[in-house]
Amino acid sequence: MIDAIASLGRSSLNALVVFGRAFLFLLQVLASLDIVIRRFGLTVVQIYSVGVRSLLIIIVSGLFVGMVLGYQGYITLVNFGAAEALGGVVALSLVRELGPVVTALLFAGRAGSALTAELGLMKTTEQLSAMEMMAVNPYRRIFAPRFVAGFLSMPLLAAIFSAVGVMGGYIVGVGMLGVDSGAYFSQMQSVTDWNEDVLSGVIKSIVFGFVVTWIAVFQGFNAMPTSEGISRATTQTVVVSSLAILGLDFILTGLMFGAG
Amino acid sequence: MAEPVAEDSPHIVIENLRFRRGRKVVFEDLSMRIPRGQVTTVMGPSGSGKTTLLRLIGGQLRPDGGRIWVDGQEVARLSTRRLYALRKRMGMLFQSGALLTDLSVFENVAFPLREHTDLPEDVLRTLVLLKLEAVGLRSARDLDPASLSGGMARRVALARAIALDPDLIMYDEPFTGLDPITMGQIVTLIRRTNQSLGLTSVLVSHDVTEAMAISDHVVLIADGRAVDAGAPDDLRARASDWSAQFLEGRPDGPVPFHYPGDGYREDLLGVRERRDD
Repeated sequence: MIDAIASLGRSSLNALVVFGRAFLFLLQVLASLDIVIRRFGLTVVQIYSVGVRSLLIIIVSGLFVGMVLGYQGYITLVNFGAAEALGGVVALSLVRELGPVVTALLFAGRAGSALTAELGLMKTTEQLSAMEMMAVNPYRRIFAPRFVAGFLSMPLLAAIFSAVGVMGGYIVGVGMLGVDSGAYFSQMQSVTDWNEDVLSGVIKSIVFGFVVTWIAVFQGFNAMPTSEGISRATTQTVVVSSLAILGLDFILTGLMFGAG
Repeated sequence: MAEPVAEDSPHIVIENLRFRRGRKVVFEDLSMRIPRGQVTTVMGPSGSGKTTLLRLIGGQLRPDGGRIWVDGQEVARLSTRRLYALRKRMGMLFQSGALLTDLSVFENVAFPLREHTDLPEDVLRTLVLLKLEAVGLRSARDLDPASLSGGMARRVALARAIALDPDLIMYDEPFTGLDPITMGQIVTLIRRTNQSLGLTSVLVSHDVTEAMAISDHVVLIADGRAVDAGAPDDLRARASDWSAQFLEGRPDGPVPFHYPGDGYREDLLGVRERRDD
């Protein structure tokens, strides 16, 4: 019994230590952000590797999610004779929820895990240490540009996901199921509010981008310098990010639409 | 402010250094002086904290007690800015080379120059080629670090470590895992670099033959202390029991063959003494 309580205490303390370290790490990264402006080239390279290279998976997923929404939406709406409202349903689902959430989940799996593995390997092969010994601060040279790149790429990817999803819904709804093309877009335009829907989705994707990148970069920095350590850190990035995204989505949705 | 440093004063002074990692005491009371402009090797058995010592000198770790001065500056007390300024005058060669894997050989050597100077591209190119020529790898400049052998990676890392013309260079186990030819190349390079650039070289190693051959000064560490120090020949001549065991590679002696623990007999019989808490 005492052992169980002790181990519970120990694991809680360990978790708190990790939280503390993650927070201090974040502060250090934030304090190094001036490098992003001074040497924007470093960030551009990272935007390419976390953002541009995630484009394919985001576009393909967005297309399929939009097409499924088109189908499911149509099947439900047509019972009420409201098939014309399909454009609005597809767009709202995408910009409010699916765009930010699914993009963030994919982003965690594609870019987050890659970031963690890259940084973990840099740590294991002493590249970060070597950089420190060359008087190059890895927070500035390595962590800050990656952090900003992830944080900037996520909302853009979410926007692309939603846009492609709308087109996917169009392909199925208009192209295959015969919804009127004009009605699809005019419905969309009339029910989607810029502040309420689009902006709230953008805010979500910014928050998710921040959290996923933070987790990914920190896990890489904090990884045990062994192959097992990197594997564990990469898994942790995907698991913790996914849970954080879903949990935060609930809280943000509550904040944005709950009080309404 | 760093005090003016006399030509003949030691480059590195370590006094009563204490350092522990978790519960393990790495250094108990370590003191040593590393003379300027010479090759000094710190030798000790595996796990005696040799690499840790280099990290403490480089300010990557902080001591739990005692002091380390490099060039008259106390490392643990420097602000980040000053520490980084000091590190620009230190080169460090990691055992693995620690080359940046996303950059070519050329860019690896150019890395510290690009980070710390604003040299025009053609000057930078000349400098990098000079450094690469010094380690014999000028023609390998376009290779990827992944395609280099261990010895080549270490030579590129050496070129990178001397890119900023440091006054001090530290080598972490430079002889480990090399074939005889590469070993010879590295030994020559360390000696030649030391002479031609007039810098202080600090090696940590447990390869007795090479280290004794190359060094002007040797420090032996064990159990968290410096147990012996001096010129290689003196050390051989007046070695203590422990030093003799280490230098001659005897399997048993003051350093026991068996990892300390319960008695063999009790262990086999399954009798474990419970220690009083």
